[in-house]
Amino acid sequence: MLRFIGRRLLVAIPTLLLVITLAFFMMRAAPGGPFDMDRKLSPQIERNVRARYGLDRPLGVQYLNYLAGVLRGDLGPSLKYKDKSVLQILQENAPVSLRLGGLAIGLASVTGVSLGVLAAARQNGGVDHLVMGVAVLGVCIPTFVTGPLLVLAFASKLGWLPGGGWNDGAWRNLVLPVVVLALPQVAVISRLTRAGMVEALRANYIRTARAKGLPEHRVIVRHALRAALLPLVSYLGPACAGLLTGSLVVERIFNLPGLGKFFVISALQRDYTVVMGMVIVYAGLILVLNLLADLLYAALDPRVRLT
Amino acid sequence: MRRLALGSPRAAQVLEQAARGRSLWDDARRRLMRNKAAVAAMAVLGLLALAALVGPLLVGFGYDEVRKADVWLPPLAGGHLLGSDALGRDLLARLLMGLRVSLAIGLVATAVSLAIGVAWGATAGFAGGRTDEAMMRLVDVLYSLPFIFFVILLMVTFGSNLVLMFLAIGAVEWLTMSRIVRGQTLALKQKEFVEAARAAGLTHAAIIRRHIVPNLLGPVVVYATLTVPAVILAESFLSFLGLGVQPPMASLGGLIADGAQQMELAPWLLIFPSATMIVTLVSFNFIGDGLRDAIDPKDR
Repeated sequence: MLRFIGRRLLVAIPTLLLVITLAFFMMRAAPGGPFDMDRKLSPQIERNVRARYGLDRPLGVQYLNYLAGVLRGDLGPSLKYKDKSVLQILQENAPVSLRLGGLAIGLASVTGVSLGVLAAARQNGGVDHLVMGVAVLGVCIPTFVTGPLLVLAFASKLGWLPGGGWNDGAWRNLVLPVVVLALPQVAVISRLTRAGMVEALRANYIRTARAKGLPEHRVIVRHALRAALLPLVSYLGPACAGLLTGSLVVERIFNLPGLGKFFVISALQRDYTVVMGMVIVYAGLILVLNLLADLLYAALDPRVRLT
Repeated sequence: MRRLALGSPRAAQVLEQAARGRSLWDDARRRLMRNKAAVAAMAVLGLLALAALVGPLLVGFGYDEVRKADVWLPPLAGGHLLGSDALGRDLLARLLMGLRVSLAIGLVATAVSLAIGVAWGATAGFAGGRTDEAMMRLVDVLYSLPFIFFVILLMVTFGSNLVLMFLAIGAVEWLTMSRIVRGQTLALKQKEFVEAARAAGLTHAAIIRRHIVPNLLGPVVVYATLTVPAVILAESFLSFLGLGVQPPMASLGGLIADGAQQMELAPWLLIFPSATMIVTLVSFNFIGDGLRDAIDPKDR
């Protein structure tokens, strides 16, 4: 087990290094720089500013310096936001994205699993067809369509909920973004749950449980659901990657001060260090979550041995 | 059954038919045609593609034709079937153009991912051993990259240009394809006909090209059908963030982004592009599901 974790972490190092290297050189290949503004700086001042951030040194040296900084846990200063370090910016914005993502995955799991179980319990019945039809739509309709449409309906026309803004994370402001972010995941999770349940309900131990005279809800919840949930665990990694991508759009639609919104703006402004910091955080998050999913899987399924 | 005299013309005909048999693809086509959802989706998609191809010529407005008198007209007003936008441009003309761009990106990027994925996967699977290990390890590493961020960086770096977008999205989508192809190739290369080809002295490249790749077609076709909507989604996602197709050129994602900003004044600008997008994506998915059921021999 420990050896497995160690080996996975060892593989993560070259992956992260590749991520950092690619992002670093791509960012630097972009035309323009962080100090291009409408009002042109005098050459003297621009030279001083560049020297202050070490941008006047050869690219290779800058790269090595940056790597050394990352090893020390120092992601450098922001080039656009004066007197703020990248770490500060991440600390200010990450909670918004994490809260959004956490709530969305929670909502998606609960709703998705419930719908999947319902569909499987009434296999080929009306509920089943309805749930699976909705699931197909949910997979196909992207967040940037559901987002504006829900805002149009619930904020502009009905006026029940605010159409955007963070407002210190008040629940009324959270409802629409969380629902929009969760919808595609609800669709996938309900499909996976249904498939797992249908297979589990055919197993012999289910027949045994029924023969013992257990009530149907107990058979489903205690016996079938346990086995059916296993494939969901391995979906955890892809689900989080999907949430990250979705958050880019959702934070923009609802004007939320999260990481996703910052990423695109910073990339357009050539704020090299902030972009790099976010790429590292996202890549790290995906690596860690995939590792957690594998560990959880092994913990739940005694047939899997990690070596 | 009535007995046929041997040597009669009728008997010869029956024998010939039996000998010709039904090919795998005939079977698949028959099963696909029995799938109502898939057939309906193909019809819808055919109509959409036709509209995207010839529609812009028939609308009577240019997709980038600005008319100051026609700002924000609702549907059916002033000869604009679906209304007009903030610059007085006809929405139907822009929608058809956007559909054309999105479909084109979907097809071209899928072709790119198909070419890379099939070549990579077939080579890895056929070579086996160390080569296979190294090639698939690279795919694993690439899989764990937050790819959408790199595509965004790429668009920011080189500006939004269509060719680059084709390449970037295609280069992301080939990973799954290469895994599928490798798995199939591993199974195929044990088959007798590959052994026979090797004994006949064919080079490795020739065996891959002539014997392995044609036999991979089934799963590749299915996965390619599902890649097209994924690519259209990716392009729209970029356009929505303002990094994709640039105005006055239209794409479905760009139109939806435009519409979302003006939805309170002009909801039709959001609703029609969204509906088109949904219908297109759902159709592709139905066709993909139908093809999978038709080609996958497990369900026979």
